[in-house]
Amino acid sequence: MADTINALSNETIPWWRNRRVIPLLVQAVVALVVLIMIAFLLGNLVRNLTAAGLLLSWRWLNQPAGFDISETVLPFNAGLPYWRALLAGLVNTIRAVLVGLVGATVLGTLAGMASFSRNGLLRGIARVYVELIRNIPLLLQLVFWYFVVFLSLPNGTAAIQLPGLVLAKSGLYLAGFADGLRWVGPQLVNDVWQAPLRLSVEFGALLTGLIVYSGAFIAEVVRGGVAAVPKGQWEAAASLGISWITTLRTIVLPQALRVIVPGLNTQYISLAKNSSLAVAVGYTDLYSVAETTLNQTGRAVEVYLLLLSAYLVLDLFISVLMNGVNHLVQIKER
Amino acid sequence: MRLPARFRNQLPLRCGACHWRTLISALSLTLLSAALAAFADEGAGSGGVASPRLAAIQSRGRLICGTNGQLPGFSVLEPDGRYEGLDVDLCRALAAVVLGDAAKLELRPVSTNDRFASLASGEVDVLSRNTTLSLTRDAPGGNAISFAPITYYDAGGVMAPRREGVRSLAGLAGRTVCVVSGSTNEAVMADRMRLLGLAYTPLRFQNADQTFSAYQSGRCSAVTSDRAGLAARRSLFPDPQAHELLPETLSKEPMAMATQQADPVWSDAVRWIVYAVMQAEEWGITRANVATRLKEARANPDAAELRRFFGVEGDLGRQLGLPDDFTYRAVAAVGNYGEIIDRNVGLRSSLRLERGLNQLWSRGGLIVAPPFR
Repeated sequence: MADTINALSNETIPWWRNRRVIPLLVQAVVALVVLIMIAFLLGNLVRNLTAAGLLLSWRWLNQPAGFDISETVLPFNAGLPYWRALLAGLVNTIRAVLVGLVGATVLGTLAGMASFSRNGLLRGIARVYVELIRNIPLLLQLVFWYFVVFLSLPNGTAAIQLPGLVLAKSGLYLAGFADGLRWVGPQLVNDVWQAPLRLSVEFGALLTGLIVYSGAFIAEVVRGGVAAVPKGQWEAAASLGISWITTLRTIVLPQALRVIVPGLNTQYISLAKNSSLAVAVGYTDLYSVAETTLNQTGRAVEVYLLLLSAYLVLDLFISVLMNGVNHLVQIKER
Repeated sequence: MRLPARFRNQLPLRCGACHWRTLISALSLTLLSAALAAFADEGAGSGGVASPRLAAIQSRGRLICGTNGQLPGFSVLEPDGRYEGLDVDLCRALAAVVLGDAAKLELRPVSTNDRFASLASGEVDVLSRNTTLSLTRDAPGGNAISFAPITYYDAGGVMAPRREGVRSLAGLAGRTVCVVSGSTNEAVMADRMRLLGLAYTPLRFQNADQTFSAYQSGRCSAVTSDRAGLAARRSLFPDPQAHELLPETLSKEPMAMATQQADPVWSDAVRWIVYAVMQAEEWGITRANVATRLKEARANPDAAELRRFFGVEGDLGRQLGLPDDFTYRAVAAVGNYGEIIDRNVGLRSSLRLERGLNQLWSRGGLIVAPPFR
C-alpha cells in the first residue's frame, strides 16, 4: 500500500498529464482558436467587401462635405471636409447631452424628492409626472414637443417678449455682449429676430424632450435610493428636532447617493444614446450629419463604424466619470 | 500507469483524455465551419448569364420594391390602402414580367438615407424611389448602383409662401430653408447659396413628411425639393394658392429606378422593361389595345418590328433572361409610358404637371427607347 503511494509520487508525470500544464495548454489552444476565428471572419469581411467594391477607405473624410449645418459651435461651411462636418455634429451632440444631463439631474432630483414629501399635492404631482412620462415612447414625446408645442409659438412681432429674452417660432433669443462688450438685446431686423445668443427651437424641443423623459427615470432612481435608507435614520433625526429638508440634505442623501449613483450612470448613458433621436426634430447632431455623409459618399460601413465608436466612446466616458463619482460617495472605511 | 480503483477518484483530473477530446472536437468544428464558409464563398462567386436576383425573386414568388411612399404622383398610400404612383406602376410592370402577376409585389417604404443600404444589402430587389441619377451613386467607387433609364426628368426648385415676400433665391438671405437631409437638393442648395454668397440656415429633416410639416407650420421661410415633388406636396396643402415656386431651377434631377451593379443581368432586365413601356407609347400600343396589337402581329408575318417586340419571332426576351412576351406583360399590366405619366403626374392626375421634358423624343421630349432588335 505505502509502496504504491510512494511509487506514484516519485514517478515523473509526463507533461501532457501535468495538472499545471494542462489548463495552460487548454487556454492557449482556446485562445488560438478564437484568434483564428477572428482572423478568418475579418479576412472574410475584407474579402467580401473588396468583392463588393466596398473596401474600407477613409480618403473621403478629406473631401469637401458640400452641405450646410446650422447652429454649429465650431465654424462650419459647405467647403470644409467631411471630418469637420462629423466633428461639428459630434460637438452638437455633446452640447445637447451635457445640457440634458444637468437639466435631467436637477428635474429628476426635485421630482424624486417631491415623491416622498409630506405634502400630498407635491407627492401626487411627482407620481403623475413619473408615470405619465416614462410610459410614453421618447420619440413620440420629442415629436410632440417640437411639432405641437414649439412650432405653435408665434413669430415676428407677435413673439413672446420679456426683457432680454424673446421666444419665437424660430428660436430662443437672449441678450448678451456683442461687438466690443456692448450689451445687446434681441432685435427684430427685417422681420427676423437677431440676438447675440440664439438657441433654435429644434435644440429646445430636443432638450425639453430629453430632460423631461430622463428626469422621470432619474426621479425613480432618487426615490429608490432614498427609500433604501433605513426609516430609523429619519426618526432619529426627527427626534433630535432636525427639519425635514436638513435631514434629507445632511443625513439621508449622503447615504442614499451610494444607491443612486450606479442607477444614475445607466440613465446618463441612456440619455446620451437617446440624443440621437434629435434627427426627428431637425436638430443637426452627429447621427444626422452621419446620415447625410453616408448618403453622399456611399461609405456605409465606414460611416457606421465612426458613428458606433463615437457613441461608444461618449458612453464609456460618462461611465468612467460616474464610476469616479461612485468611488467618492462610497462609505470610506478607515 | 494503472491506478487502483480507489485512487482514481482522489486525483483531481479524473479523465485525462477528456481535455483532448474537447479540444479535438472544438478544432474539428472550427475547421468544418471554415471549410463550409470557404465553400459557400466559392458557390457565390460563380459568374454566368443567370441572374441570382431574378432567381431569388422567382423562388420567393414576390418582387420587393423599395419606394418612397410619401410622394404624391410617384408613390403614395391611397385612402384604400394601395400604393399608387409612377414609381409604383413601374414596379408593377416588373412584377408582371418576372412573376406574371403585377400583384405579386411587395412595396417597402425606405427613407432617403436607408435606400442605398437597403439596395446594397439585397433587402429590396429594385429601388423605385424618385432617385436622382448622379455620378457618385452610379460609380463603382461610390454607391455602385446600376441605374435604369430615366423615367422622370425633374428639376430642383424652391417653394415659399407668398406672404413671406420671397421672390427669388436672393430673398432667402438670412432665412431658414427646410430640406430633406441626404437629398441631392440639400447639397445643391448649399452649392448655389455658396456661389451667390448668401448666408442661410438649413433646417434638415429625415423625411419629407417632417420637412413639409415644419414648412407648413411656418418654421422655415422656404422649402427646397424637386419641382414635381413640391407641386405634389402643394396640392395637398389646404391653401395651395398661398405658396409659389421660385423662378430659379437649382439643378437637373433625372430620376431612375436603381438596381445593384453586382447583378448586371437583372439590371439589364429592368432597363429593357422600362424601355418596353416607352417603346409601346411610341407605337401607340396601350393597355386597352395591346391584346389586339399582339393578334395583329401574330397574323401579319410582314410586321417584323412588332413581331420582334412582342416576341412572336426572335428571342429578345430570352436574351435578357425574361419571357419572350415580356413587353406584352408589362404593357398589359400598367399601360405604356404615356399612360403611366398621365395617370399619376400628368394633366389627368391631381398634380396636373405638363409633360415637358418627359415627352417622347419624337414630340420634342427626352424620352427615347433604343431599337428593339
